[in-house]
Amino acid sequence: MTDLTIGKSVLRKEDARFLTGSGQYTDDVVMPRQSYAYFLRSPYAHAAIRGVDLAGAREMPGVLAIYTGKDLPDAVGGLPCGWLITGTDGQPMKEPKHPLLAQGKVRHVGDPVAMVVADTFLAAKDAAERIEVDYEPLPAVVDVRDALAAGAPAVHAEAPGNVCYVWALGDKAATDAAFARAAHVTTLEFINNRLIPNAIEPRACNASYAKSDDSYTLYVASQNPHVERLLMTAFVLGLPEHKVRVIAPDVGGGFGSKIYLYAEETMCVWASKLVGRPIKWTAERSESFLSDAHGRDHFTKAELALDKDGKFLAMRVDTKASMGAYLSTFASCIPTILYATLLAGQYTTPAIHAQVTAVFTNTAPVDAYRGAGRPEATYVVERLVATAAREMKLSQDEIRRRNFIRTFPYATPVALTYDIGDYDACLDGAMQMADVAGFPARKAEAAKRGMLRGLGYSSYIEACGLAPSNIAGALGARAGLYEAGEVRVHPTGKVTVFTGSHSHGQGHETTFSQVVADRLGIGVDDVDVVHGDTGRIPFGMGTYGSRSLAVGGTAIVKALDKIEAKGRKIAAHLMEVSDTDVEFKDGRFTVKGTDKHVPFAQVALTAYVPHNYPLDKLEPGLDETAFYDPTNFTYPAGTHICEVEVDPETGTTKIVSFTACDDFGNIVNPMIVEGQVHGGLAQGIGQALLEGCVYDRESGQLLTGTYMDYAMPRADDLPNFKVDTRVTACTHNPLGVKGCGEAGAIGAPAAVINALCDALGVKDIEMPATPERVWRAARAARA
Amino acid sequence: MHAFKYHKPDTLAAALGGDGDDTRYLAGGQSLVAGMKLRLSQPSDVVDLAGLAELRGIRADAATVRIGAMMRHAEVAASADVRSRIPALADLAGGIGDRQVRNMGTLGGSLANNDPASDYPGAVLGLGATIVTSQRRLAADDYFIGLYETVLEPREVITAVEFPVPAKAAYVKFKNAASRFALVGVFVAQTAAGVRVAVTGAGGAGVFRVAEMEQALAKRWSPEAVKSIAVASDDLTSDIHASAEYRAHLVSVLAARAVAAAG
Ligand SMILES: Cc1cc2nc3c(=O)[nH]c(=O)nc-3n(C[C@H](O)[C@H](O)[C@H](O)COP(=O)(O)OP(=O)(O)OC[C@H]3O[C@@H](n4cnc5c(N)ncnc54)[C@H](O)[C@@H]3O)c2cc1C
Repeated sequence: MTDLTIGKSVLRKEDARFLTGSGQYTDDVVMPRQSYAYFLRSPYAHAAIRGVDLAGAREMPGVLAIYTGKDLPDAVGGLPCGWLITGTDGQPMKEPKHPLLAQGKVRHVGDPVAMVVADTFLAAKDAAERIEVDYEPLPAVVDVRDALAAGAPAVHAEAPGNVCYVWALGDKAATDAAFARAAHVTTLEFINNRLIPNAIEPRACNASYAKSDDSYTLYVASQNPHVERLLMTAFVLGLPEHKVRVIAPDVGGGFGSKIYLYAEETMCVWASKLVGRPIKWTAERSESFLSDAHGRDHFTKAELALDKDGKFLAMRVDTKASMGAYLSTFASCIPTILYATLLAGQYTTPAIHAQVTAVFTNTAPVDAYRGAGRPEATYVVERLVATAAREMKLSQDEIRRRNFIRTFPYATPVALTYDIGDYDACLDGAMQMADVAGFPARKAEAAKRGMLRGLGYSSYIEACGLAPSNIAGALGARAGLYEAGEVRVHPTGKVTVFTGSHSHGQGHETTFSQVVADRLGIGVDDVDVVHGDTGRIPFGMGTYGSRSLAVGGTAIVKALDKIEAKGRKIAAHLMEVSDTDVEFKDGRFTVKGTDKHVPFAQVALTAYVPHNYPLDKLEPGLDETAFYDPTNFTYPAGTHICEVEVDPETGTTKIVSFTACDDFGNIVNPMIVEGQVHGGLAQGIGQALLEGCVYDRESGQLLTGTYMDYAMPRADDLPNFKVDTRVTACTHNPLGVKGCGEAGAIGAPAAVINALCDALGVKDIEMPATPERVWRAARAARA
Repeated sequence: MHAFKYHKPDTLAAALGGDGDDTRYLAGGQSLVAGMKLRLSQPSDVVDLAGLAELRGIRADAATVRIGAMMRHAEVAASADVRSRIPALADLAGGIGDRQVRNMGTLGGSLANNDPASDYPGAVLGLGATIVTSQRRLAADDYFIGLYETVLEPREVITAVEFPVPAKAAYVKFKNAASRFALVGVFVAQTAAGVRVAVTGAGGAGVFRVAEMEQALAKRWSPEAVKSIAVASDDLTSDIHASAEYRAHLVSVLAARAVAAAG
C-alpha cells in the first residue's frame, strides 16, 4: 500500500519536461515537406475592399498558394457561435457571418484578408508584402457607447444600431418596487476595461492532409481539441469528423483565448489538401495582440437599494458589452449566462434585474478571458457593496455579514442554486490573515510619511464546473458540457488515464494521477495521463470555467467506479466468494471481515490473462470509460483583502499586501491550487492597475499593440500573496471539489479598486488605475 | 526581417568605409534588430561594431570618466570607476530595461538612437558630457536635435562619451508601467561648469534642460528650491500613458526628489 497523496503538495510531474525545455508545443512540430502560412491583415478598422491584386505576390520565390475571401467556396461557412442568446424581444441574437478571410469588407484592425502559403515563413511574409489591397476606408466605432449612438457607422448591415441582442434576467417589477421603498440607493457607473489575454505561447497550428486515407491531422494550441474539431468539420468545412484528428500538445497558457475556433487553423486545414503539403502557422506577438479574442469591455450602470440597516433590497444593472467585430465561439454567453447569473454574489439580495446589450464594434472579437463574466459581475457587486458601506458608514465586514447567505441550498433571484458555502469563514480568515485589526496603526504610520493607505475587500462568488448540459441547453448552449474519462488498467496494474480535459499549465497530469493513485492504491508514477488528442481520448469538452477537476476529474472517478466494480467480480471469482462479499480498500480486494485478499495488480493481470476467469459472465480486460454531466455548477467563493499605499504626489500605488481566503471545496494538491491562485491574482491585479487595451476612438487603430504600450503585471508589481483556504465540500460531485483556476482574477480587481477608493477617499476610480488617474483622483479629493 | 549583408570589421577605419547603399551600425541590436524584425528598418548592410577595441573600456581620472561607446549598460552599472566617481550614472545604467537588455544594450547605441524615453540622454545632458565620434567632439548641448534625431552623420560612429565628474548628482526615473522606459526622468548635477537639470521622457522634442530650476538650485541647492517650479506643459508629450500636464507635474516632483537624493 502506498501513501495517500490527496491533500499533499506532490511535485508536478510535467515540470521536468517544461523546465528542461523538452516540452512539445505546436511550433515544435515539424512535418516532412512542411510549408508555412502568413496571414495578411487589415490595417484599417473598417474598410470596403475594392480589389486585391495578387500578381506581384504570386511571382515571389517559394510561394505555393495565395487565398483571399473570394477563393472560399460557398460550401465553406463562417466561424460559428456556440451559444444562442434570445433577446427580450423574443428574437434570436444577430449572427452576421464571420468569414475565414474578409469578404468585401474588413471590420477590425487585424482582420485577415489573405493567406499566403510558401516554402518558408519568411517567403510567405515577403510575398504578403507584395499583395496590393485597394481599401476604401469607412468610419469606425470602437467604444460601445459610440456604437450605440444614433447615426453610428454600422459594423454589419444585418445588425441595426450595432445591437447583437438586448437580453435581461430577473424580476424587473419586484426590483423597481424595492428601489421605490429603499432607505438608501448606491449608484455607480464604470467601465470594465478590455484586456488582451497574452498567453506566453502564441496561437499556432500545423495542418496536414494524408492522401493515403483521405484524412487530416491538425496540431493546434487549443484548450479543447474535440470542440475545435466538431465546430470546424460540422459547421465550417463540411469535412467528415472522423477523418480529422486534432492534437493539442503542450500548450503554453490559454486563459480562454485558446477555447475558440479561429480562422487561421481552419484555413490551414482547408488549404492543406489543396496545397498538398503540411501548413504551419505560428502567430507573431503583434498578431496575438490584434487577433486573439480579447476579454471584458463592459460599460455598466449599477444600483444597489438598501434598507436603513444596510440590508440589500434589490440590485439593478444595465450593461453594454462589446462583442467586437464578430461573434467569437462563446462570446454571446459571457456577458449574459456567466455574468448576470452571478449578481447575487454571496448575498441574500431578494430582487435583482439585469439588462445586457451586446454591441458590435470595429475591434477584435471579445470572448471568455480568465473568469469570463464572473470578474465583471464580482466587480459590479463588490464595488456597490463597498461604496454602500462607506455611504452608510458601516464597516466593510459588517455590511457583508448583514447580508451573507447562510442557509443552503440557496436559490438566488438570478437562476442559480448555490449548494453550499461558508462565507463568514472566509471573511474571518481573510481579516485575520490581513491583520485588519492592525490597519489603523499602519495607516497612521504611512500618513506620517505622507502616504495614503487603504483597505479593500472583495467577497466574490463564481459558478464553475461548467456545466449541467440540460440547463446550459435551455439557456441557449449549442453544445453539451459534460466531460469524458477513460481509465485503462494495463496487465501489470499500471494505469493510463485518457481525459477530455486539457492541461495548458494547470498540472492535470499530477492532480489527476493523485486521484487515480489514491483510489487504486498505486503510486502517482504508476499513472499516466493522456489528454489533448482526439485520436486517443474519448469525446471531451476541454478545459475552461475551472471545470477540469470538478467535471473531468469526476468522469475519471466514475470510470474508476466501474473498474472497481469489475475488479470486485474478478477478485470474487479468484477467492471463490460472492462479489458482494468483496470490498476494495488500500489497493487490495478483501473478503469482508477476513484477511483473505488479492492485490489490485493480480486482478489486473487476471483480467488480461483470463485463465482462471468467469468468461461466461464477464468480458476480459480492465478498461472503462465514463461520461459525467454535472447536476449543478460548483460555487467557489472567498474573500480577498487588498492593502494599498498610495504616493499622492506621483499617484503611484503599491500593493503592500494581498490576502486571499478561498473555499474551493476539497483540495487535491495545495501547491497547485496556490499556484493557480497566484496566477489569477496577478491577472486580476493586472486588470486593476496595469492592463488596458486601447483602440483609438477615431481611427480604430490598436494603440496598445506591443509590450511597449500594453502593461503586463510583473513580479515586482506584486506583493508576496497571503493565501489560505477554508473547506465546504461540494455536495454534488464525489471529490467534493469546486475549482480554483479563475478565483484570483475574479476577486482581485474589486479588492484593489476598493482599497484605492478607501485610501483616496473617493467614490470611484477607473481601471486600470494608472498613476495619472490616481494622482488626479487624489488631487480632486484634496480640493 | 529582410535579407541584408553582415560585416564585422576589426578597425574603425574599416567600419567607416564600405559601399552599402543603406548601411546601419549594429551595437547591441536592442533597438535596431527589433526594428528590423518588425520590418520598420530594412538596411542593405549591417556593420557590427562589436569587433572594435577602440569602442570599449572605461578610463577615469579625477575630473572625467570616459566610457567607450560599446560598453554595455550592465558593465557601466558594475564599474567601480563609475560607481565611485558618478554613482548617479551607475544607478542610471543599472535601472535601464531588464537584465537581458542591460547585457546587450550599449551607451553608444542608446545615444545614437536617442529614444525620447531613454535614460542616458538625461545623464549626458545633465552632466554636460562630451560625445566623441569618429569625426569630432560634440558638446551634449549641441548633440540632441529631436525625437530619435541627433547631429550624427550617416557614416559617423560614436566612439566614447566623456562625463565630467560632478560634485553631486542624482537621477530619478518614473517608469512607464508597460515599457519601463522613462515616463519622466530627471537628472540633476552640480558640476564645475554649474548646476544642470535635464529631463528625459517628457519632452515633445526629446531631452531638455530646465533653466529656471538650474538658476534656483544654483542659488539654493535644496528640494524646496525646485519643487514649486513648474515646467510648461505645452511642449511636453501627451500619449496614452500620460498627459502633458501630468508629465509636467512629475518633472517638478522628481526634480525635488533628485536633489534630495543627491544630498
Ligand atoms: C525591452 C527593452 C527595454 C529597454 N528599456 C530601456 C530603458 O528602460 N531605458 C533606456 O534608456 N533604454 C531602454 N532600452 C533601450 C536599450 O537600453 C538600448 O540602449 C537601445 O535599445 C539601443 O540598443 P543598442 O545599444 O543595442 O543599439 P542598437 O540597437 O544596435 O543600435 C541602435 C541605433 O544606434 C546606432 N548605433 C549603435 N551604436 C552606434 C555607435 N557607436 N555610433 C553610431 N551609431 C550607433 C545603430 O545604427 C542604430 O541605429 C530598452 C530596450 C529594450 C529592448
